[in-house]
Amino acid sequence: MSATRAVVPPRARSTAESPRRAPTPRGGTLLRHLAVVLVAGLLLLGLSYAVEPFRNFQLATVAAYLCATAGLTVLTGLNGQLSLGHGALMATGAYTLALTQNAFADAGLTGGWLLPVSLAGALLVTLAVGAVVGVAAARLRGPYLAGVTLAVAVVVPALAVTFDGVLNGEQGLSVPVEPPPLALGAYFPYERWQLWIAAGTTLLVLLLLANLVRSRYGRTFRAVRDDEVAARLAGIHVARTQVLAFVVSAGTAGLGGALLAVLAQSVSPGAFSLTLSLFLLMAVVIGGLGRLAGAVWGAVLLVALPDLSHALTELLALSPAAAQRLEGNLPLAIFGITLVVVMIAAPGGVQGLLTRLGRALLARRSRRRS
Amino acid sequence: MDRFVFLTLDGLSRGAVYAAFALALVLIWRAARVVNFAQGAMAVAAAYVAYSVSAATGSYWLGFLAALAAGLLLGAVVDRVVMRHVDHASPLNPVIVALGLVLLIQAVLGMVYGSEFRPAPAPFSRSALTVGGLALLSPYDLFVFATVGVVVGALAWVFARTAVGLRMRAAAFAPEVSRLLGVNVGGMLTLGWALASSVGALAAMLVIPTELGLHPHAMDLVFVSAFTAAVVGGLDSPPGAVVGGLVVGLLLSYVSGYAGSDLTPLAVLVLLLAVLLVRPGGLFATVAARRV
Amino acid sequence: MHRTARGGLAIATTIALLLSAAGCGDDGGSGTGGGSVPGVTDTEIVVGTHMPLTGPASAGYSKIAPATKAYFDHVNANGGVHGRKITYKVMDDGYNPANTQQVVRQLVLQDKVFAILNGLGTPTHSGVLDFLKSNRVPDLFVASGSRSWDQPDKYPSTFGFNPDYTVEGKILANHVKTALPGQKVCFLGQDDDFGRDSLAGVEKVLGAGGVAVKQTYVTSNTNVAPQIGAFKAAGCQVVVLATVPGFTALSIGTAARLGFKPQWVVSNVGADHPTLAKQLGEAAPLLEGMIGANYLPMQNATTDPWIQLFTKINKEFNGDAPFDGNTVYGMAVGYLFVQVLLAAGKDLTRESVVEAVRKGGYQGPGLAPLRFSATDHSGYGGQRLNRVSGGVQSYFGPTYETDEGDGAVREFTAQPAPPPANGVPTAP
Repeated sequence: MSATRAVVPPRARSTAESPRRAPTPRGGTLLRHLAVVLVAGLLLLGLSYAVEPFRNFQLATVAAYLCATAGLTVLTGLNGQLSLGHGALMATGAYTLALTQNAFADAGLTGGWLLPVSLAGALLVTLAVGAVVGVAAARLRGPYLAGVTLAVAVVVPALAVTFDGVLNGEQGLSVPVEPPPLALGAYFPYERWQLWIAAGTTLLVLLLLANLVRSRYGRTFRAVRDDEVAARLAGIHVARTQVLAFVVSAGTAGLGGALLAVLAQSVSPGAFSLTLSLFLLMAVVIGGLGRLAGAVWGAVLLVALPDLSHALTELLALSPAAAQRLEGNLPLAIFGITLVVVMIAAPGGVQGLLTRLGRALLARRSRRRS
Repeated sequence: MDRFVFLTLDGLSRGAVYAAFALALVLIWRAARVVNFAQGAMAVAAAYVAYSVSAATGSYWLGFLAALAAGLLLGAVVDRVVMRHVDHASPLNPVIVALGLVLLIQAVLGMVYGSEFRPAPAPFSRSALTVGGLALLSPYDLFVFATVGVVVGALAWVFARTAVGLRMRAAAFAPEVSRLLGVNVGGMLTLGWALASSVGALAAMLVIPTELGLHPHAMDLVFVSAFTAAVVGGLDSPPGAVVGGLVVGLLLSYVSGYAGSDLTPLAVLVLLLAVLLVRPGGLFATVAARRV
Repeated sequence: MHRTARGGLAIATTIALLLSAAGCGDDGGSGTGGGSVPGVTDTEIVVGTHMPLTGPASAGYSKIAPATKAYFDHVNANGGVHGRKITYKVMDDGYNPANTQQVVRQLVLQDKVFAILNGLGTPTHSGVLDFLKSNRVPDLFVASGSRSWDQPDKYPSTFGFNPDYTVEGKILANHVKTALPGQKVCFLGQDDDFGRDSLAGVEKVLGAGGVAVKQTYVTSNTNVAPQIGAFKAAGCQVVVLATVPGFTALSIGTAARLGFKPQWVVSNVGADHPTLAKQLGEAAPLLEGMIGANYLPMQNATTDPWIQLFTKINKEFNGDAPFDGNTVYGMAVGYLFVQVLLAAGKDLTRESVVEAVRKGGYQGPGLAPLRFSATDHSGYGGQRLNRVSGGVQSYFGPTYETDEGDGAVREFTAQPAPPPANGVPTAP
C-alpha cells in the first residue's frame, strides 16, 4: 500500500463522492449555504444571551479552533495532504495580529475598524507563509511531508525566542483589544462580544470554504487526493492544486490563530507548541475527515473533552496522596483512551458515526414501510 | 580546532542514539507502513521498567535486559491489542491512535511514578578520556557506539540472512502473496512491532542518562530529532536512519556550539528542506519511492 | 441527507449540546453565590490557582499546590478564617499559556472564585493579567520572579511572591564580588526573562565587563555540552546559573564529564538540593560546594520551628508526601494568604483583601522582608546564601536585601519570628 495518497478512508470517500440526487444549480448551493450560516448565526446570537460568560468564552474558543480545523479538513481531508504544522500557522496569524494591534495602540488609533484590519493582516501574512510552505509541501508525500511540517511546528514558536526584541521571547506579547462598542450598553459582557467576533469571522470562513469545496476547485482538490495520475491525465495541474489547498488552509489557520489571540488578549510561543498541531490533527480525524461538519465536531471536542474529563475527575473523592497522582493525569488518560477507542470503533470519526446511525435509522424506517 | 573536535565528538555520540531510535521508526514503517508516534512514550515506559527492576535488584544490567524485554512485550501488545484493530485504509488512522497511546502511556506513567525526574545512571563513566589535553570520547560514548553498531549489524543480518527476517520482509512487502505461501503474516507483523519497540527501548536506555533524567516526557524531544533523522535518511532505509541520525546529531551540536541553541530548530528545518527538495524520499530513497 | 444540511445539523446539535452542558454548569456553578462577594459565603472562601500538574514542566512544581491545600486543610481543621473554611481549586494548565486562559476563566467565570492565588509561571500568568484585572479578581502571590507582577498602576490587584530575578542576581553577584574576588566569572541563563533579568542583576554589581562568557540555553534542547565546553575553554572559575532545576543538574553533570569544576553559584529557582540530588542519583556528590540562595527555611533544618510545623502538616494533611523546598514554598504561600485574609477582616471583599496586602507588614516563615506597600507589589526583597557541604544544604552568612534598581546590597538583620503554637496566624 502506498502512503503517498489516500489519506481518507474509502468509506468516507464513497459517501463524499456519492452521486447527488439531482444536479443543483450553483446559485442554489450558495443560497443554501447562506441560509445555513444565517440560521447558525442567529442560533449563536440567541445562545450568547442564554448562557453564562464562561460558556460564551468556550464557544468563542470553539469558533477560533474551528477556523483552523476547517482549513485542515480542506487540506487533509479533501486534498490528501498531511500537515503537522498548523499550530505554527496559527501562531503566525496570532503574532501578526498582536503586532498590528500593538502598532495601532502605539499610534494612538482607536475605533471599531482596527480589529478587522488586523484580522485581514493576519490572513494575508499566513496566506504568504502558506504559499511558501505549500510549494515545498507539494513536492513531498506521506511521512516526508509530515516530517517537514513537524519541523515547521517546532521552528515557529522557537523564532519568538530568537527574535525576542520584537516578539518578547517566551513571555509573549499582550494584545490590546477594544472593549465592546458603547452602543451595546455599558455592562455588555466582554465574553459575549468575544463570541460575536469569533463566531462572525468563523461563519464567514465556513461559508467561503463550503462554497470552495463545492466549486470546480473543490472537485480538483478531491481528484488530486484520489488519484494523482488520473488527475494529471484529466488536465489538472497537480502541484498548483496542492499549493492552492495549502494556501487556503494556511489562511484559515492564521485567522483561527488571530482569533485565539483576540480571545486570550495575549500571544506566547507556549500556546502554539507542537502539541497544538498534533491536537488539531487529532481533532479533525476524530471529528470525521473529509467533511466540514467533522471539523465542527473536532473543534468542539478540543474544548469540551478536557473540560469534561476534568469534571469527571473532580467527582471522584480521593485521598491527598492519590489525588496528587491522578490530578491532571487522569483527564489525559481518559482523553487518550477516547482517541484510541473512537479510532477503532468509528474510523470515520464522529461525523462518520452519525452518518451511519442516520442511514441505519432510514433503512429501518424504509424496511418497516415495505 | 579543539572546539570543533569537541563538538564533532559530542554530536556523533548523540547522533548514534538518534540513529538507533530512527532505526526503530524505520523498522515499523517497513513492517506496517505506520509512523509510530508512540515510539517515544513506549520507550520511556520500558525505561521505567528498567528503573524499577534496577531499584529492586540493585543491578543496572538486569534493568537493561528488563527494558529490552519490556520493549518486546509492549510492542507486541500494542500491535495485538490496538494497532491490529485499526482501519489502516487511511495512514492517518494509526497515527491518531498512536498519538492517543502517547497521551495514555504518559498519563499512566505520571500516575504510577509521579512527574518527578528519576535518576538514570550510566553504566560506564561519562568523563571524557583526555589525549594530549584534548577531551575525546568517554567510555560511555564508546559503549553507545558499540551498542548501536551491534544493533545495526544484527538487524542487517536478521533481515538479510535468516528465514525469519526474509519472512518478515515478505510479509511487509507482499502480504497477500506471503499468506498464500504459508507465511504467518500477522505473526510477522507482531514480531516487527516487538523488535522495533525493543530497539526503541534500547535507544531510550542509551539516551536518558545523557538528558535531564527519567520522566514521562523524557523522549519527546528525542522523538522529534529521530523522526527528522529517519525522514532525512529515508524511512525505507535502515542505513539511511543511521546516516540521518549522525547528520542530525552533528548539526544540532555545531549549531548550538557556534550559533546559539535557540537556532537549532531552524537548522533542522533547513536541513530537511535541503535534503527533501532534492530527494523527496530522503537521502537513501530507492528509485521506486514514488509508486503510484 | 444533503451534505450542507448535515453540516447545519451538526452545528445545531453542537449548540444544543453546549446549551444543555451550560444548563448543568448553572446548577453546579452557582452553588457558592450566597453573598454578593464572589466565592465568599459565611462558611466558605473559594480560591483557585493554575499549576503545571502534568507535562515536562511539572517536575517539582506539581507539589506546590497540594502543599498549599494541605496548609489550608490544617487551618480549616482549626476552625478556618473568621469561621470560613478555605476551598482551594487547583487547575492543571500543563505550563501551556493557552490552557491557562481556559482554566483561569473557568475558575473566575464559572467556579466564581474569590481570588487567584499563586498562579505559576511567567508566560502562563502574563496572559491572564488583563483578564483578571478587568474582572477585578485579586491576583495574589504569583509564583514567578518576573518583574511583571510589580506594576501597581497598571495591575492594581496583582502581587508577586518570589524575590525577582534581578534582586537575586545582585545578591549572588555580591557574594562573588566579596568572597571570590578576582575570579573569572561566567553566566549561563535560560533564554527568557528569567535569564535576562538575572544577568542584569549580576552585571549591576560586577559591572558590564564583569562577566567574561555569557551563554544561554533553551528548554527544548537538552544538550548543554556546547555551552559548558565554551566555559571550560575560556577558563571560567565561577559560573552563575540562572537555570531551572533540570538544567542545573544537567549543567553540573555535563561539566563533570568534561573535567570542568568551577564554583557553581545557582539561582534559587534551580538550587533545591533534594530535587537536584534526586535527579543526579549517584552523581549527587557533584553538588558539593554549590552555592545557592533561598528566602524560606531549609527543608532539612529539622530544628527550625517552621519546618517542624510544616512537616507535621505534611504528615497529617498531605499524605506524608516527600518533603522538599516546594512543600515549604507551598505552605509559606498558604500561611501568607491566611494572614492576609485575617487582616482583611470579617467583612471580606475583593477590595478589602487587596487593601490588606497593600498595607504590608507581614512576617511569616520567610527570612527576607516582604515588600508589599501601596507602591510596591513585588514579593520578598532579599535572600540568604546557602552551600552544600557534606551532602547537606545549609545557610551561611547574613540575609541580604536589595532592590531591582541600582540600590546597594545590604544586610537584613531582623530575625524571623517563630510560628504561632497551633500553626494558624492570629488577626493583627
